[in-house]
Amino acid sequence: MNNSLISIKNLVKYFPIKKGVFRSTVGWIKAVDKISFDIYNGETLGLVGESGCGKSTTALTILRLEEPTSGEIFFQGENISSINKKQMRKYRKDLQIIFQDPYSSLDPRMKIKNIIAEGLAAHNLLDSRTRVQKVGELLERVGIPPDYMDRFPHEFSGGQRQRIGIARALALNPKMIICDEAVSALDVSIRSQIINLFKELQSEFNLTYLFIAHDLSVIKYISDRVAVMYLGKIVEIAPKDIFFKNTLHPYAIALVSAVPVPNPDFKRKRILLPGDVPSPANPPKGCRFHPRCQKVMEICSQVEPELKKLDKDHYVSCHLY
Amino acid sequence: MNRIIRKLLNNTASLIGLLLLLVFILIAVFAPYLAPPLFPDPYQIPRMSWDVEPQPPGFPMSDDMRFVYESLGKPITRDKAIFGTAQGGYDIFYGLIWGTRTAFRIGIITVTLSMLIGVILGSLSAYFGGWLDELLMRITDIFLSIPFLVAAMVLTTILGRGLDKVMIALVAFGWMGYARVIRGSILSTKEEVYVMAAKALGVKDFRIIAFHLLPNTIFPVLVQASMNIGSMVVTAAALSFLGVGAPLGYADWGQMVSFARNWIIGSPGKAGEYWYAVFFPGIFIVLFVLSWNLVGDTLRDILDPRLRGEL
Ligand SMILES: Nc1ncnc2c1ncn2[C@@H]1O[C@H](COP(=O)(O)OP(=O)(O)OP(=O)(O)O)[C@@H](O)[C@H]1O
Ligand code: SF4
Ligand SMILES: [Mg+2]
Repeated sequence: MNNSLISIKNLVKYFPIKKGVFRSTVGWIKAVDKISFDIYNGETLGLVGESGCGKSTTALTILRLEEPTSGEIFFQGENISSINKKQMRKYRKDLQIIFQDPYSSLDPRMKIKNIIAEGLAAHNLLDSRTRVQKVGELLERVGIPPDYMDRFPHEFSGGQRQRIGIARALALNPKMIICDEAVSALDVSIRSQIINLFKELQSEFNLTYLFIAHDLSVIKYISDRVAVMYLGKIVEIAPKDIFFKNTLHPYAIALVSAVPVPNPDFKRKRILLPGDVPSPANPPKGCRFHPRCQKVMEICSQVEPELKKLDKDHYVSCHLY
Repeated sequence: MNRIIRKLLNNTASLIGLLLLLVFILIAVFAPYLAPPLFPDPYQIPRMSWDVEPQPPGFPMSDDMRFVYESLGKPITRDKAIFGTAQGGYDIFYGLIWGTRTAFRIGIITVTLSMLIGVILGSLSAYFGGWLDELLMRITDIFLSIPFLVAAMVLTTILGRGLDKVMIALVAFGWMGYARVIRGSILSTKEEVYVMAAKALGVKDFRIIAFHLLPNTIFPVLVQASMNIGSMVVTAAALSFLGVGAPLGYADWGQMVSFARNWIIGSPGKAGEYWYAVFFPGIFIVLFVLSWNLVGDTLRDILDPRLRGEL
């Protein structure tokens, strides 16, 4: 517990649904609904779940780029969920994010030199000459020739742009980087290069990652622990080996079954989930997964299961356990 | 840069616009050589005679006028009104040449200031949103609901006669368009992921506006501004025509047009007798407006990222 870098308690983020001429609020999208988990120092926590389940919202709320509706966020034991914008600025150096889309995440009218140095400039770190030098080192480190620093983003490929985004995040020497589907938009061939870069940087700079993905294939490779999210809720969280050996939650089991297996002789039966993901504006009563669950029981549509601790570090929220 | 130049040369309309603008710039710069001033204030149009009626092109300076200048010790370098004289014997050519400087001054100053006001209010409104947006947009609506020319006239009547007063009126009622355009584009641009990334880095709001939002949104405003330079000059001329503009005898195109007010039709039996009093000031204003419009069009083509196929 005391080696938690980030600790989230009952985090809630609702977005208002506005309708009509007067833009009155007619309901709430429950993007993140009372979740709690820790991210340990130096680890990679993989956060997985279908599109729209609230992964990005979780990430942005942790960074206070979206205001939490309620709940607490602790960074190194300090509550950062209700401090003001100015107080939050000093934590920005420690908490960085890399976005999914390498195209829209770089300002098209800014030279990459200035993109990477922006954090340094914002916090008044280094003078302008050492800044340029630092930008050169960072580019070199992420695998882009430093003499490209005067170019604009459109002169780079998707993979290179993602490297530039990584350099931008690294510039402030953060303690944690949230990778929000940071490799999902990349070609498979480039994907593994970038993942390896993440791994190298982690040991080199002592980084902690929250690694978000919509399937388990990448998470399986890079994470130390896995958290599974469904409709704004964490349904299972466990160390990676335990998670893959002993997957408990029916939704998590379905996700695991969808991971391609390298050995062609071994055929795992892929579980196809019936129906669509319900709307987060109106989640099913009881267990949110019950309309699609194969193991559904009486109680499931009535009572919402709590996240229970089963083993050391293995938590699951399901009435079966 | 090369691409921009090539583009300009390829397009006849752009080329005409630029050449026209260049001619006006040269006229403004070389005004002291084209029309050497007689008075310490070069914007004071010299009179060629005491005639009330306009006099035709080529009209020589009258003897009594020559006597007045000579007794004042003024060297007379030009003694023919090549474009004729306006009402009161004012030299049309001189008024138009020095009026070019006035036109640039009016156009550039009013457009720059109103753009500045519009851009500042519009971007604050869009970026911070909430009650500030509500307040600023209601103010904008109020200003927009007042007819421009009426408002400008009322304001100059209150402030008094004079070009500076005209310019204040033009700025006071000319910023709303810019505010709206920039607000609209910042509202969409501020949702871009790179803005989110800048916030995550801890970049301050004003830096985000200045270094991310404005560079990505300002170009349509610049295009609009360059086109408005011409129309600002026309409006200033209209105000002069209505009698609230420059003081009597000041080199200003609006003044030249207002001199022609009583002579547009001509005298009985001689329709269009005083055509030169209307034609020369008119053609200067029309060409000036045309040149800025063509330049604005060109700017739009150059700056539109979709046409560049770059972004
Ligand atoms: N700014 C917002 N305003 C309103 N609704 C939002 C906003 N951001 C997200 N949502 C909604 O919240 C829910 C969760 O979205 P979120 O982006 O967190 O999902 P995600 O798990 O990251 O999905 P993806 O895999 O598509 O990125 C979605 O239903 C989404 O429509
Ligand atoms: S609680 Fe019931 S419905 Fe929900 S996952 Fe467990 S078994 Fe399925
Ligand atoms: Mg997302």
